[in-house]
Amino acid sequence: MKKEAFSGSVTYMQVMDENGVIDKELMPNYVDDNKILEMLRYMVLAREIDAKALSLQRQGRAVTYAPLLGEEATQVGAAMALRKDDYFVPNFRQHAVYLVRGLPMDLYFTYWRGYEEAQKIPENVKGLPVIVPVSTQMPHAAGIAYAQKYKKTGAAVIAFVGDGGTSEGDFYEAINFAGAWNIPLITIIENNAWAISEPTRKQTAATTLAQKGIAAGIKRIIQVDGNDVIAVYKAVREAIEASADGPAVIEALTYRMGMHTTADDPTKYRPDEELERWKPRDPILRVKKYLTAKNLWSEDIEAKFLEENMKKIDDAIEKAESFVPDPKSMFESVYSFMPAVLQEEMDEAVKENFWQGDS
Amino acid sequence: MMANMVTALNSALSHILENDKDAVVLGEDVGKDGGVFRVTDGLAEKFGDDRVIDTPLAESGIIGTSIGMAISGMRPIPEIQFAGFMFLGFSQLVNHAARYRTRTRGAFKVPMIVRTPVSGGVRTLEHHSESPEAYYSHMGGLIVVEPSGPYDAKGLMIKASKLDDPVIFLEPTKLYRLFKEEVPDEPYEVEIGKAKVLREGNELSIITYGTMVPVVKSVVEKRAIDAEVIDLRTINPLDEECIIGSVKKTGRALVVHEASLSFGVGAEISARIAEKAIFDLKAPVIRVASHSLPYPFPGYEKYYIPNELKVSKAIDKIMSV
Repeated sequence: MKKEAFSGSVTYMQVMDENGVIDKELMPNYVDDNKILEMLRYMVLAREIDAKALSLQRQGRAVTYAPLLGEEATQVGAAMALRKDDYFVPNFRQHAVYLVRGLPMDLYFTYWRGYEEAQKIPENVKGLPVIVPVSTQMPHAAGIAYAQKYKKTGAAVIAFVGDGGTSEGDFYEAINFAGAWNIPLITIIENNAWAISEPTRKQTAATTLAQKGIAAGIKRIIQVDGNDVIAVYKAVREAIEASADGPAVIEALTYRMGMHTTADDPTKYRPDEELERWKPRDPILRVKKYLTAKNLWSEDIEAKFLEENMKKIDDAIEKAESFVPDPKSMFESVYSFMPAVLQEEMDEAVKENFWQGDS
Repeated sequence: MMANMVTALNSALSHILENDKDAVVLGEDVGKDGGVFRVTDGLAEKFGDDRVIDTPLAESGIIGTSIGMAISGMRPIPEIQFAGFMFLGFSQLVNHAARYRTRTRGAFKVPMIVRTPVSGGVRTLEHHSESPEAYYSHMGGLIVVEPSGPYDAKGLMIKASKLDDPVIFLEPTKLYRLFKEEVPDEPYEVEIGKAKVLREGNELSIITYGTMVPVVKSVVEKRAIDAEVIDLRTINPLDEECIIGSVKKTGRALVVHEASLSFGVGAEISARIAEKAIFDLKAPVIRVASHSLPYPFPGYEKYYIPNELKVSKAIDKIMSV
């Protein structure tokens, strides 16, 4: 006897196309033009801050930086869908998520100058610090989601992982925990098509990355146009609303328009034609088209908006650049108490002025 | 040819792939991109995608599949992109690579070379600057090699490819392009398990390796001290003969490494000196190392890694006894 033991499929959703045209059937009633305007403002601001950070790195005023250029819709759409007490778990590129969640901007620039003090994430931001090793944040996200269920907070957790990250063991382990424990974890696969130099086809033979969630027994699975901020917002918001019933996997198809980090040179491996093909699908362009047609956005409005915010950005950079590191903080923060042997090591460094020498 | 460490390693890998049809290179971005530090640049074009393999992002998988290839008669040379990411493959190394030979009493062997950039000083992000040599040396069963210059890098790599053992090949990021030296075009071997005396001396033995080699050399040159400087080159197995012989001659030992102080390679060396040469010592052994803390963010690394001042003050202290 043979019968079908299982079948599954993945749906793709786009609400606003690259010309700014909205699919009326899919357009949720909780998204109005004011909401779209708010989305655009965040995306424009995120791109501006990103460009600023990149330029600081190029001037030697920041360490290696991972730009978000092109991925604004995935991050802004997801972050705006969060309720006050929902939690987010980033990897290392979710600058716009921190922005939407209200991380003080000077902390953002302080991080990219290389100081741990920047990772004292304020409690109201409800997010983890930057996590660099690929996918290792995913089990933490599952643990945080379990804690929400255990403590009956009603909060959901969204966790970001890249396309390359879905090849790591920790990714599979985390979504499997999410399915087995039926916890409010929403995994957002920010598929920007490239893991440094490797296109997604080198990572997997799977047609979609979302379908990996099917094997974990996760019921709510969707692939969205990650450059469509409304589609991302809708998918994440609905997953959050349903999170008491279990986890979700959302694959957002976006595109890394820049380099992996400032240490990377994409011209070595990426065909220019591909980048050109993606330029008209820019996440900001389509929203501007939509709002411009409604007289809600214009070059003048944008210039004024950026001017208003430039002062904030410059002040944040000034504050970040005036930060004075204290080497003793390395010692004082590592344990909940100061071991005698460590105290001796620190005292010796101070007494002998080791920290004054050239590196 | 005059070559930096990147070019020398590239040349070594090219020789190995040329001469051993069962050798393969695999890892993240090792193909078209040539590795994030360009150590494997051009190898995919020369030897094909089935021998220079861009893998999925999965460090445990990269090391685990390499073990499988190795026990099947191949010679895999996996690259782990950064030392901090290698911990994801730690289980495969400690539970399997290190043990296959002994737990089968030699019936199985794991000839592979796991390459990874190590140590800091180049202001990279978190997890890109670790110095993990003590972990890999501690477990037994893994050869741990760390060259400090282009010539040794090429010779040690080619020698590693002749061994039937798993070799952890640690490449100091800061030294990749720091200087060039004469490196023969043709293949040659540098013996594994043998330290190199960089400078002979009679007053003090300085035992070091990796990123601290240029720091120690600079201090010794500036101070005109009659120090003997030893570059370990291989961490495990340790060249105890070289160390003890030198310390018996000079009566003073300073150990300098970038890995953090506590429970490190310096502790192992100090203990061996205490066991085998304590009555020859004129002063207690001193270790100079990074602080006993997790590797910090780049803004703090200049306070973490030993600098010339710290090495110099340690020399003052040891010579004052």
